Amino acid sequence: MTAAPTTVGGVAPQTVTRSGFELFWLRFKEDRAALLGAGTIGVLIVIAIFGGPIASAVTGHPNTEQYQQIMQDSFGLPKGPTSAFWFGSDGEARDLFVRTMYGARTSLIVGVVASGIAVLIGLVVGMIAGFYRGIVDTILSRTGDVMLAMPQLLISIGIVAACSSNKNGCVIAGPIAIQPGLALVIAVIVIFSWPYIARLVRGFTLSIREKEFVEASRSLGASDTRIIFREILPNLSGPIIVYTTLLIPQSILFEAALSYLGLGVPPDTASWGGLLNDAQRYYDTAWWLMFFPGLFLVITTLAFNLLGDGLRDALDVRAER
Amino acid sequence: MLLYLARRLLWTILVVLVVMFVTFLVFFKLPNGDPALRFAGKSPTTASLAEIHKRLHLDKPFYVEYGYFVKNFAVGDDQGWPGLGYSYGNYVSVRSEILERAPRTLFLVAGAATLWLIFGVAIGVLSAVKRRTWIDRVAMGFALFGISAPVFWLGLMSLFVVWKKLGLTGGSGYVPLSDGIGAWFSHMILPWTVLALLYIAIYARLTRNNLLETLGEDYIRTARAKGLSERTVIFKHGLRASLSPIATIFGLDIALLVGGAIITESVFNIQGLGWLAFNGAITQDLPSVLGVVICTATAVAVMNLVVDVVYAFLDPRVRYA
Repeated sequence: MTAAPTTVGGVAPQTVTRSGFELFWLRFKEDRAALLGAGTIGVLIVIAIFGGPIASAVTGHPNTEQYQQIMQDSFGLPKGPTSAFWFGSDGEARDLFVRTMYGARTSLIVGVVASGIAVLIGLVVGMIAGFYRGIVDTILSRTGDVMLAMPQLLISIGIVAACSSNKNGCVIAGPIAIQPGLALVIAVIVIFSWPYIARLVRGFTLSIREKEFVEASRSLGASDTRIIFREILPNLSGPIIVYTTLLIPQSILFEAALSYLGLGVPPDTASWGGLLNDAQRYYDTAWWLMFFPGLFLVITTLAFNLLGDGLRDALDVRAER
Repeated sequence: MLLYLARRLLWTILVVLVVMFVTFLVFFKLPNGDPALRFAGKSPTTASLAEIHKRLHLDKPFYVEYGYFVKNFAVGDDQGWPGLGYSYGNYVSVRSEILERAPRTLFLVAGAATLWLIFGVAIGVLSAVKRRTWIDRVAMGFALFGISAPVFWLGLMSLFVVWKKLGLTGGSGYVPLSDGIGAWFSHMILPWTVLALLYIAIYARLTRNNLLETLGEDYIRTARAKGLSERTVIFKHGLRASLSPIATIFGLDIALLVGGAIITESVFNIQGLGWLAFNGAITQDLPSVLGVVICTATAVAVMNLVVDVVYAFLDPRVRYA
C-alpha cells in the first residue's frame, strides 16, 4: 500500500501545482452532460432576451394579438400548428410560438431573481447562525424549521390569491406592500426558499469556522467581520454556486405551478405555466398547447439540473450533516 | 422511551400550533374584504353583518379569534370532536367535508407511495450495483428527467395520450370504489403513476448515493472478506443501512401529500383534500384551509413517530432513551 515513489530512469515524477479553478475546469470539461446543460442555458438566455421579438418579427404576429378569425374553429376552440402558426394557437387565439418564446423571459427572470434573493438572505442568515451559534442560531434555525414545516404551496396560493384580489396588493407593514404580478410571485418563492439555503450555509459555516486557517486568522487578531468575509465567505462559494444552480429550476417550476393554477403572473404576460393552464381547458383536444410550453419548461429545468449536478461533482460539494 | 415520546409529542404540538397560527394569520389578515358579506345574502344590512361578525367572532382581534378556533378544536363544537367549524363558502361543516374527501386523497397517496417506494429503491439499487454501466446511465438519466418534469405537464400529456388517444385507462375525475373496483382502478392508475414519477426519481438518486456510500464502508469489506455472497452483502448489510434516511423522507413525503397533492388532484380532477384546500385558499375560506392544514400537520406528526420506530428496526444502533 505504501510503495515508495517510483522514479523512472532517475527522473522524479513531475508534480504540477494547479489552482482551484484549474482543478475544477479539468473535471468539468470532461462532463459532457454538464456542458450540454451549460450550452442549453446559454441558448435559453439568448431566447429570453431576443426570442420573443424575433419570433414576432419572423411570424409577423405580435405577442398579445388575437387571431379569432383564423385560429379558432366555430366552437371557439384553438387550432393546431399550421405553416403560419408553427406551434398552433393558445386559448385566446394568440400565436403559441410567439407566446412560448416570450415565456422564456418570464421563467428565467423569476427563476434567477427569486433564487438570487433567496440565496442572499439564506447566506446572511446561515452565516450568522453558523458563526455566532448559541441563542442566535437557535432562533434563526427554529424559524427556518417552522418555515419548512409549512404547507408551502397552500400558503403561497393563499398569499397570491389574497394579494391579487386588489390592485394595490396587500400591505405587509406600513409602506411595504406587495403588488400583484411578477414581484408577488418572486416574493412568495423567496419566502419558502431561503430557509433551505440558510440551513445548508449554516452547516458549512459550522464546519469551516473550526478549521485551522480560521484559528490562524483569529490569532493574528482578525475581527469577526473580517473572518466572516475573508475566510468563511470565499470557502462557501462552491456550495453557493451549486445550490443556486439547483434552486433556479425549482423556482422556475414553482412559478409554472402557480401560473398553472391560475395564480401566477397576470394572464397577458406569457408564461409556460400560464399556457399550460390554458391547455388544461382543452386537454382532450389541443395537444400542441400542452406539448410545446411543457417541452420548453422541461428542457429548461433539465439543463439547470444537469449543470448543477456537474458543478457539484466538479467542485466536490457535499452537504454537511 | 416514555420521556422521549412525551418530549417529541410536545414539540410536535408546538409546531402544529405555530403552523396553524401562521396559516391563520395569512388567511385572516391578508385578504381584503369582509367574509361576513358572503353570509349576509344579497342585500346585507349593518345589523345582519354585525350579527354575523358576532357569531364568527370577526369583531374581535385576530388572536382572540385564533383562541376561539383552538378552543373549538380542542373541545369540539356542535358537530362533535374535533371542532373545525363551518366553511365560509357554503356553510357546510368542514369536518364532514374533510371526511368525504379524505378517502380520495388517501387512495391517491397510498397507491403512489407504494409505486415510488418499490420502483425508486429498485432503480437506485440497480444503478448502484451496475455503477458506471449503461444501465446506471439510463436509470440516472430517467431520474433527472423525473425531477425536471412538472407533474401538471406529465399529467396533461398522459391524459391526452393514454386516455384520449389510446383509450387504455379512465379519464379525469374520481370514481368511488362502490362503483366497481375496475372503474376505480382505471381512473386511479394515471394519477398514481404521474404523482409517483417525481418521487421515483428522487428516491432512485437517494438510494444510489446512500448505497454507494455504504458499500465503501469497512464493515462491507469485512462482510465480503468473510466470504458472504454479493447478494447478502448488498441486501442485508448494505441496503439495510442505507434505507434509514429513505425511511425519514418517505414518512414525511407521504404526510405532506395529505392535503399537499394540490396539483395532481387538480390535473386529474380528483377533488380530495388538496383540492378542498386549494378551493378554500382562492375563495378565502379560512375554516376549510385550516381544516386541511390540521390534517396535514397531524399526518406529519404521526408519520414522524412511525419513522422513529422504523428507524430502530432498520438500524440496530438506534436506541431511544
